[in-house]
Parts: sequence; C-alpha cells; structure tokens
Amino acid sequence: MKFGFPLFPESASTLAPQVDAIYFFGLGVAAFFSTLIACLIFYLAIRYRRRSEDEVGKREKAAMWLEIAWSIIPLGILLFMFAWGAKVYFEARRPPGDAVEYFVTGKQWMWKFQHPEGQREINHLHVPVGQPIQLKMTSEDVIHSFFVPAFRIKMDVLPGRYTTVWFEATKTGTFRLFCAEYCGAEHSRMGGSITVMEPRDYEQWLARADSATGPLALAGAQLFEAKTCGTCHRPDSNLLAPILHGLFGEEVTLASGDKVLVDENYLRESILDPKATVVSGYEAKAVMPTFVGQLSEEELVELISYIKSLGDAASHGETPEESAG
Amino acid sequence: MSERKNYLNADYGVWSWLLTKDHKRIALLYLLSITVFFALGGLMAVGIRLELATPQGDLVQPDTYNRLFTMHGVMMIFFFLIPSIPAVLGNFLIPIMIGAKDLAFPRLNLASWYIFNIGGAFTLWAMLAGGVDTGWTFYTPFSTSFSNTHVIATGVGVFIAGFASILTGLNFLVTIHTMRAPGLTWFRLPLFVWAHYATSIIQILGTPVVAIAILLLAAERLFHIGIFDPAVGGDPVLFQHLFWFYSHPAVYIMILPSMGVISEIITAFSRKRIFGYKFIAFASVAIAVLGFLVWGHHMFLSSQSVYAGMIFSVLSMLVAVPSAVKVFNWTATLYEGSVSWETPMIYALGFIGLFTIGGLTGVMLSTLGIDIHVHDTYFVVAHFHYIMVGGAIMGYLGGLHFWWPKITGRMYPVFWSKISAIVIFIGFNLTFFPQFMLGYLGMPRRYHAYPDDFQVLNVMSSAGATILGVGYLIPLVYFIWSMRYGKKAGANPWGAFGLEWDVASPPLPHNFDQTPVVEREAYDYAAQHEERDVA
Ligand code: HEC
Ligand SMILES: [Cu+2]
Ligand SMILES: [Cu+2]
Repeated sequence: MKFGFPLFPESASTLAPQVDAIYFFGLGVAAFFSTLIACLIFYLAIRYRRRSEDEVGKREKAAMWLEIAWSIIPLGILLFMFAWGAKVYFEARRPPGDAVEYFVTGKQWMWKFQHPEGQREINHLHVPVGQPIQLKMTSEDVIHSFFVPAFRIKMDVLPGRYTTVWFEATKTGTFRLFCAEYCGAEHSRMGGSITVMEPRDYEQWLARADSATGPLALAGAQLFEAKTCGTCHRPDSNLLAPILHGLFGEEVTLASGDKVLVDENYLRESILDPKATVVSGYEAKAVMPTFVGQLSEEELVELISYIKSLGDAASHGETPEESAG
Repeated sequence: MSERKNYLNADYGVWSWLLTKDHKRIALLYLLSITVFFALGGLMAVGIRLELATPQGDLVQPDTYNRLFTMHGVMMIFFFLIPSIPAVLGNFLIPIMIGAKDLAFPRLNLASWYIFNIGGAFTLWAMLAGGVDTGWTFYTPFSTSFSNTHVIATGVGVFIAGFASILTGLNFLVTIHTMRAPGLTWFRLPLFVWAHYATSIIQILGTPVVAIAILLLAAERLFHIGIFDPAVGGDPVLFQHLFWFYSHPAVYIMILPSMGVISEIITAFSRKRIFGYKFIAFASVAIAVLGFLVWGHHMFLSSQSVYAGMIFSVLSMLVAVPSAVKVFNWTATLYEGSVSWETPMIYALGFIGLFTIGGLTGVMLSTLGIDIHVHDTYFVVAHFHYIMVGGAIMGYLGGLHFWWPKITGRMYPVFWSKISAIVIFIGFNLTFFPQFMLGYLGMPRRYHAYPDDFQVLNVMSSAGATILGVGYLIPLVYFIWSMRYGKKAGANPWGAFGLEWDVASPPLPHNFDQTPVVEREAYDYAAQHEERDVA
C-alpha cells in the first residue's frame, strides 16, 4: 500500500489550473488579512498594555474615513473574487460544443457508466486524453455527487433529472472518483476511478471492451420498436403523435402555453410523465402512456440518444418544418 | 453592609428553581441543559475523531459512524450553539443591561426552557432508540424514502426546540423595545443588546421555515405525499431551499450573540469606548438582513441554475463586509486603550483571530470557482468549525469567564483559566487547520473510511481534538469548584462599565432597588474616569 503525505492534489484537467489560480489568490487574501489582524492585535495589545490598576483608555476618536476605507477596500476585493470565480464557474458548467457525451447513473453505492459506443462500466471509467467529455448524470435513488479531485470537478447527481459536468483531461493516468454527497451507509465507499488514456489506447480498449448493445442511438432505435413507441411516433403518424425528427434542441409549445427547450430532461419527462408535458395541439389526443418502471436508466439513455440522433432530420428526408406541419 | 438576599439564596429547594420566573435562574437552568447537550455532542465527536485516526474504517460500523456525525451535528447545532449565548448569557444579562427587573414575559421565558427540554428529550430518545443517520441537513429523498432510522423523532425534537428559540427571540424583542431604563436610548445600548436584537429577528423569521420543512419531510415520510422525492413526483432540491433558508441565517443566530460578547469584552479590557459604535450596531442588523438572502451558496452544485449561483455568490460576498467592519473596529478599539490580558480578553482576542480565518475561508467558499472543488469536502468542515467552534464557542466561553463573577459572585482560578484558554486555542487549531488541507486534497465530508495518503493530516486532527477536549474539561472542573470555593468577587471585579457592573454580585432577585437612570453612552470609560477624578 502506498503511503504518502501529499499537501496538494494532482492536477489533470484544463479546469484544474484555473481553480488552483483563484484558490491561491483567495488563500493569499486570507493569509494577508489574517496576518494583518493578528499582528495588529499583538502590537496594540502589548503597546497599550495596562500600566496601572486604575488606568483607562483614551477617548475614542471616531474616524469616518477609516470606516469607509475598511468597508470599500474589502468590498472591492470581494467583488473581484466574485467576478473571477463566476467566470471559472460559468465555463465549468457549460460544456464546449464538441464535448463527447457519456452517461452516468449513480445508485447506492456504485457508479454506472455508458460510453457513446455502448460500452458499459461500473465504478471505473476510461476516457481519452485531450478530448472534452461531458457526463450526463442521473441517480436511481438518492442524491449523489460526482467528484474527481484531480480534475477539480464536482456536480450533484439527482434522481429524476439529468445534471451535467464536463472535463478535458490533460494527463494520462488513473484518478480518484468520489461520491461527495452523503448518500447512506456506504457513502464513503462509493468511489472509483477515471482512467485517462492516449486516444489510440482508448480505441483499443473500446474494441476490447465488448458492447452488448452497440452504439447508444442504435440500441435506442431497437428499443423504440420494442417498446412500441414506433406505433404512434411514425414519420407518417402526424395526427396520432408528434414526429420526433428534428425535435432535439428546438423549442416546443406545450398545451399549457409554456414554451420549453427540448433537452435531455424534457425528453426524459415526456417519456416518464407524458401528462406533465403535453404538446400543444395534442390536448385531446394525449394518449401517450407513461413508461415509468418499464425502462431502466440505461434504456432511457439509449432512447434519448436515439431521439437526439434524429436531430439531423434532413438525412431522413424531412425537415422539422414539415414534421411540425 | 449586611448580607442581602441575592437571586441564588432568596429561595431554596428544587421547586424554587423549576418554577422560577427569575430570568437569572432560568439562565442557569439553560446553562445546565446545554452543558449536558454539549457533553453529548462532544462524546460523538470523540467517536468520530477516533474512527478517523485510521483510514480503514475499522472502529465502528459505517452505520454507526453515520449516526455519530449526524447526532453530533444535531446536538451541537440545535441544542447547544443556537441556545447557548442567547438563552444563558442573554437571558441573564439583557434585563440587567437595560435596567429592567426581568424580561417582558417571565412565564414565557420559563415555558421556553421546558419546551426546549421536551425537544431535547425527543431527540435524546431518538438517539437512544437507535439514532438517526441523515446528517444534520436531513437531505431528501434520503431522509424521506431511504433512511430507516429515527428521522421523525429527531425532526420532532428539533421542531419543538425551535419554538423555544422563537419564544426567546420574541421575549427579547419586546423587552428591548419596551423596558429600557429612562435615558437608555437605542444608541446608548450595549452592543451585546444590539447583537441579540438582530439575533431575535432571525429566530422569529427563520425558525418557522425550518419547522415547515420538517413537517413536510414528516408528511412525505409517513404518508408518501410527493413533495421532495421524485419517485412520487416531488423535487429534492426544494427541501434544500427550505432547509438552508433557515439554516444559513441560523449560522448568524450562533455567531451574532458571540460578536456581541466580544464587543463587551474588548471594551472592558481596553477600558475604552468601542471604535465605531454605530457601525458595529448596524453591522449586526445588516448581517441579519443580508443573511436571509444567501442560502443558495450551499447549493452551487445542486443543479441550481448558473445565474442563481452567481446571485447567491455576490450576495454572500456582501455579507462579508459588515463582518469585516466589525473585526476592524474591534482591533481599532485596542488603540490607545488600557489593555489587560485577563482570561476573557484572551478568549476575545482568540475569537478575532479564528473568526477572521473562518470568515475569509467563507469568502473562498462563496467564490464559485473555488467552491466547485471544495464543496462538500473537509474544507467546508474546517471553515464552519472555525466560525462555530473558533467563533461562537470562544465567544460563549469568553462571556462565561467575563460574567461568571457576576453570575455566581465568585472568581474562578485565574491561572487555570488562562491555561485552559491557551490549550483550547492550540487544540482547536491543531484539530481544524489540517482539515483545510484535507479538503483541498479532495477528502469528502461524512466519510467513514478514506484513502491512506490522507492519514497524516487526519491523525493531526484527531490529536488536536484530544487537546481541545482537555481544554474544555478544565473550565468545567474549575467553574464547578469556584461556585463553592472561589474567591468572592465584588460588584465590579474587572473595573468594567455597564449597568450589570453596578448591581451586586450575585444580583438581587429583582436586579435593582430603584430603576437606574442612564446618563451616558455605552463604554464611556474616559468620561466616567474624569468625573471620578473631579469627585
Ligand atoms: C399511444 C401512442 C404513443 C406511444 C406508444 C408513445 N407515445 Fe410518445 N407521444 C404520444 C402523444 C399523443 C404525444 C403528444 C402528447 C404529449 O406530449 O404527451 C407524445 C409525445 C411524446 C414526446 C414529446 C414530443 C414533443 O414534440 O414534445 C416524446 C419525446 C415521446 N412522446 C416519446 C415517446 C417514446 C420514447 C415512446 C416509447 C417509449 C413513446 N413516446 C410512446 C403518443 C405515444
Ligand atoms: Cu455518497
Ligand atoms: Cu450558509
């Protein structure tokens, strides 16, 4: 067993140096002001120590300029830290457009992963170096939190919806994965690892790791038929149910009049709780049954991937306009 | 002068205590209750630190460990820190400081103590019957649909104790508004009273929200009404909003009274009027108000929107300003003062240092880019212990040492009290400083077992906790000892300013023979001194 005494975590993602930089700035501010206050206290308390029993202090001389100074200067530093921190956070929560999508399901007490090509892993995820990767995460039970210290990333993983975290590894190696949100008895053992590989090695690894289902979208296409979605959602069934081609990323108008963006969470809800997201125009024909309990999280991911793959409607000989008409 | 009856020897017997309406006796009743809860919470901490001395998780079962840290949090927060200074020192001192004979509603005051203990009894029962393992934060849906421990009994205990807190706050507000002695205008009030005024507002406005959250939690747990668990149509994040809407301001319920104590001690042991009186007074109110607008900083990674995160971040930064203003004003008070290093002053100066570190690490946590990495790690654990133990408890102990001669009429041994203050300071830092490093290294909180390379820092922390524990035991011994054997203290052993130092030690049952008339601003040592010289 390795026994070390590290004082600083490894840094292995594009985000890590950014978080570290602002951390060091914060640490500098904290160290400066703590030291300043400590020195002032010691200096003043010794310099003005009581010299005779009935001595009292001088009159207080109120100093407006001091009060203003020690309000404004900290405020300036605080706002600066806010702005810098907000910038890093904004980037950390917005995956870049070319990020490859992986799926994560947390459950008491393990992590399940699905690669885009359909390979599945438990607790240990393999990814290529130098490639932005986004994880769409959900939980089967309680709240967990996906935390990879070496990447400086963390995001809660909730039941009933998808949350996203992304990273781009800058180093090959194996890095710790923790669950950071308390989730019950074995919370501290709900760990694993992320193995970052050279792209070539990753390809080889993918080839070796068998994928029972094939790429997610393909598996989803099969499910789409198996679960009878296709009976209603056929390209020629405009009257029965909405056509799903070109849907992803569009805005739909619901029966309630609300406009919502079609993302993974919307698709998830449409499948599991169709009544909550009835599309405008289908009020009378809202016959879609709920699929709660009939689909595992992994299958949901496959269906959603399939519907997303219908995004380039042109290749299916249709445009979103046509399907909407 | 012949011995007059004071509040301690005016009556004897158990019932004279259990049915007392005297705010001073009720304060002592509270002191007894919260000391018991503190000891229990402390025992849990011993279990936690022993387990974490080795990485394997080999001392207790994971389930036991989860109960330990949950019960440690519940005991310390709801049954020790929240009542500590207000219910003991506030109860004892506020009427005397404002020249009143008692609080506005003495019976209600006694009722609060009973309510508090009933809440405590529920929670204790839950603990003895097997405990609870949700963390003191009770996050859903774990607490509503997954935990099979005594969530409801604990929740009911916290719910009941909340009413004690509301009633105490209400009592203080009415008292401070209506019962000030002639001449005691708002800006002549001791800052201790201002701090309690601000605290009371939070207690009254915030506590009902956590009570509602607990009720909803119980409703979902018992009747499976879908509120928080998505499996039955609820929203788990809603619970976090409700919970933190109270529990963030609750941090200020714990720290504001402590800040009030520090203002009293710093002035008394510098014999100088506080620097920037109005700034400190308004800073308390500003903290109380702004404190209600920052709860979302516990939820930056909860799926809350990016923009909500930014708003909560910038508001959290703003709360840091009044806190900084206080620290600077306290420090400036020493300038041209007459500083004596008595025990309470050692606590107060220790408070300023530790609170500064706690506050600045809080700023780091509010910085979104840093929080991504340190949220839910030991960095957070270290931060809030600097505020709550380094801040709130240092203030509480400083206050106890300051007013002990007033409360009991006796002095504690000075030498031992200074030793213990220093032991506590060292033990505290050794316990919690390494936790900042553990946090940045990535050790998540609430971990029963951890990777080997975190062990050295954890051992340091456990060693520090041992020292800290000894530091807390010493005052327990000498305080009890002093009640009987301590040197008699006069009315004003420190040469301090304030109405409480004009009355006898221990005070008369009704505090004052005649209602005092206040002619001076608070802490006006210089003027008082000149007058005495003339006389
Ligand atoms: C009995 C017919 C029927 C079946 C079977 C069915 N759906 Fe639907 N679906 C509908 C109807 C009608 C709507 C429009 C009303 C609504 O939004 O609920 C709809 C809406 C949707 C939407 C939202 C479309 C939009 O434009 O916003 C999605 C996504 C969807 N279905 C996916 C599926 C999937 C995946 C399956 C199989 C697991 C499935 N449906 C099975 C009838 C059906
Ligand atoms: Cu967990
Ligand atoms: Cu908070």
